[in-house]
Amino acid sequence: MNQLRYMLIVCITVGWFIILNTHSSKAASAVTDDNTSLANSAKESSEEIHMKADEFNEIVEQLQGMKAFLEQMKQDYDARFQEMQEKIAILEREKALLEKEKALWRIETQTGTETSPHTADFPTIQETGVSKEDEGPFLPSFKEEEEPPDVEQQPLPPQTEMDTTPPSPFPAIPELATPQTTTPQTPTIPETGQWSPAQPITLWSAGAGYMNISFVGLFAAAASTSPDLDELEAGAHDPIQRGFTVQNLETVFEGAVDPYFKGQANIIFQIDEEGESFLEVEEAYLTTLSLPLNLQVKAGTFFTEFGRLNQLHPHAWNFVDQPLVIGRFLSPDGLRNPGARISWLAPADIYTELFLTVQNSQGETVRSFRFEEDGEGLFGRSAVETKVRSMEDLLYVPRMVTSFDITEEQTVLLGASAAFGPNSTGRDKDTIIYGIDMFWKWKSKYASGGFPFLAWQTEVLRRHFEAGEDESAGLPDEVIRDWGAYSEVTWGFKNRWVAGLRGDYVEGEKEATSPLGFERWRLSPNITFYPSEFSKIRLQYNYDSILSTDDTEHSVFLQFEFLLGSHGAHTF
Amino acid sequence: MRKLYQICLFLLFLISWMSIVHAKPQVVATTSDLGSLVSEIGKDKVSVTTISKPTEDPHFVDAKPGFIVKLNRADMLINGGLMLEAAWLPPLVLGARNVKIQPGNPGYMNAAAGIDVLEVPSVANRAMGDIHPLGNPHFMLDPANAKIVAAHISGRLCQIDKKNCEYYRNNAATFSKKLNQKLSEWQKILEPFQGTKIVTYHKTFPYFAKRFHFNVVGTLEPKPGIPPSPAHLNTLIPMMQKEDVKLILIENFRERKIPEFAASRTNAKVVIVPIMVEGEKGTDNYIALFDYIINEIASALKT
Repeated sequence: MNQLRYMLIVCITVGWFIILNTHSSKAASAVTDDNTSLANSAKESSEEIHMKADEFNEIVEQLQGMKAFLEQMKQDYDARFQEMQEKIAILEREKALLEKEKALWRIETQTGTETSPHTADFPTIQETGVSKEDEGPFLPSFKEEEEPPDVEQQPLPPQTEMDTTPPSPFPAIPELATPQTTTPQTPTIPETGQWSPAQPITLWSAGAGYMNISFVGLFAAAASTSPDLDELEAGAHDPIQRGFTVQNLETVFEGAVDPYFKGQANIIFQIDEEGESFLEVEEAYLTTLSLPLNLQVKAGTFFTEFGRLNQLHPHAWNFVDQPLVIGRFLSPDGLRNPGARISWLAPADIYTELFLTVQNSQGETVRSFRFEEDGEGLFGRSAVETKVRSMEDLLYVPRMVTSFDITEEQTVLLGASAAFGPNSTGRDKDTIIYGIDMFWKWKSKYASGGFPFLAWQTEVLRRHFEAGEDESAGLPDEVIRDWGAYSEVTWGFKNRWVAGLRGDYVEGEKEATSPLGFERWRLSPNITFYPSEFSKIRLQYNYDSILSTDDTEHSVFLQFEFLLGSHGAHTF
Repeated sequence: MRKLYQICLFLLFLISWMSIVHAKPQVVATTSDLGSLVSEIGKDKVSVTTISKPTEDPHFVDAKPGFIVKLNRADMLINGGLMLEAAWLPPLVLGARNVKIQPGNPGYMNAAAGIDVLEVPSVANRAMGDIHPLGNPHFMLDPANAKIVAAHISGRLCQIDKKNCEYYRNNAATFSKKLNQKLSEWQKILEPFQGTKIVTYHKTFPYFAKRFHFNVVGTLEPKPGIPPSPAHLNTLIPMMQKEDVKLILIENFRERKIPEFAASRTNAKVVIVPIMVEGEKGTDNYIALFDYIINEIASALKT
């Protein structure tokens, strides 16, 4: 590349020499011609000589003008050069300062002292802001030159006569040429190299910048008429005792693995009733970014794509607790297991996506399948089969979703899912769960901060459970069918305020011994205040009607949440 | 087996052939101002879709799955960058499974590249509100920046659609010429009001203020993203009186009550402007948008 450039330069210089030589020789010959003609016709009128002299003077004037102009240009450029150097010095100083601060900040965050150590933070920012503004007057004047289109305006040599001199050092720039030549450069440089004051951002994505790290803390305080709240609340992250519950301490790592995959891991810490801390890997998976034919694969351990709520982490829920039917049919922790999922985006105008998830069917996070707890399965039967032995023993979950806009402000999303897998109550005993889900949302055209909005979400699930015979418990071989549903409305009536109402219903499970299995319905109004996107305070009341025993329980929850770091955006 | 392989190959060929035939580049822009620039440059040779509604707060847009379809077919995605779209664009791009618009490819364009970004915080600390750690993303409210973005767009369109390159460049050049002319016109209109002290709702207008020489002395929000509080207004209003603030400039999606309250206690006038193309009637392209904004401000300040 460089060689080429040198060659070009050499060529150009050689060309110049040639042109200059021919020009001067021509001029010389012209002069000699004139001389001879003068000699020949000595009586030429003096007027002609005067004219010649005038012409000559004119040329001299022009040249002098050019010289002056060049000098002026030189001065100009020198001044600019100096300005630039000054700027660079300023920038470097700022950079050094920033880095010092950065280092300081790092140390302080590492040692775990207050995160806002500098009361100086605010002032420094103001200062930089002010200094920037101070630079204002001269900054644009020098900046503007970089802007390609402004080159058109750049003052060309003021002496118009100059245009006639052929080897003008300033070729008139064709208007289009400049954007052409500059555009490929301007955009690419800033994206990659070039120091920019934006760099402290690496802090934001916590250090390396290869991944976003965030932490979510979710806590609840509960009061209830029932002494055993853990028999009322189905979810593993629900408030399970009077007083305080640590619902969920979630650390999320996410980022691009390489140009082909995106990775995410959600690691949960929890503290149980006994005060014991434990750790739970909720999700860890990668997603492909660029498979052909509109396909996408997700692999690892993850929430099954069944319905809408099952894929959400507790902090994204609109209510303090999990809907009953989800806890009972899917799993208190959400239906999840190691596996793989393939999805296909239909090449249609209306969004339609098909999913097929294949996962292990055993463990405590697949309650209606090969589930086992202290040797017990579901419906009073003991767990006989608890392992995956063949392909048929895996859990297969197809799902289809479609979404479209009804009006400019209203959107609907419809989904249907099914889960096929074996259960633990006997050999060749299968479970099928069907689910349909619906989500409707209205959001104002003039939404500010995402408010106001109105949303309605409903899921209905139906379970078909082939229960095996359990002789020791005296239970026959039978097929048990039950269903459940929830429906919730959330209304963002004012900036930062959301009111919600949810209704829950589940049919009773056979051989149930606690409200967790009884037939019941529940009504939960709540109100949430979001001081910012990164925190919330929620108050919820649960009216619990346990139909099997004709009991009514009342519970009140106060939930609070904070979010640190850079948390990935939520889906619709 | 062999036959299946052949069929697959044929299908692949068919699909790729179809995508070549379907040549008019599909461009998705996150906001309508960027979309408008693309239309200025691409005219009838590209088709443009935008994601956020021109009337809504561009920080909070629903990641509706419908956009996944658009992004799936896109040859190019233009986003504003500086984390303006951080809350909603990533899931859409992930769902779109389209290599062309992944960062690093010519089909992914970050409009903020090459812009002289203002208000870059030295430390990202959320105690200061929802600040953008990469700097203020509302740079399109300075027409001079639009020229940079336009040049950038034409460069990218050239990479994607080589045969119409000349066309795009010509259009970009015409556009920036027109913009230059308009810019001096606008500056002339606002010249009498240079240095006027204004208050805005959110930190949306620093680029605008810098270009047209307004002096933003405060915001109604105590901190970015935090709605106005009585305590903040109690200090802001006396300051506005003291500084003789003439204008409260707000975007058309903001609530009106508090700005009007502040205006009633001071000498200031509330001016409501769209910040996106098509945010209001008669602002259906970038230049018309500025005509509207400048006109609104000038007529408010004149009286």
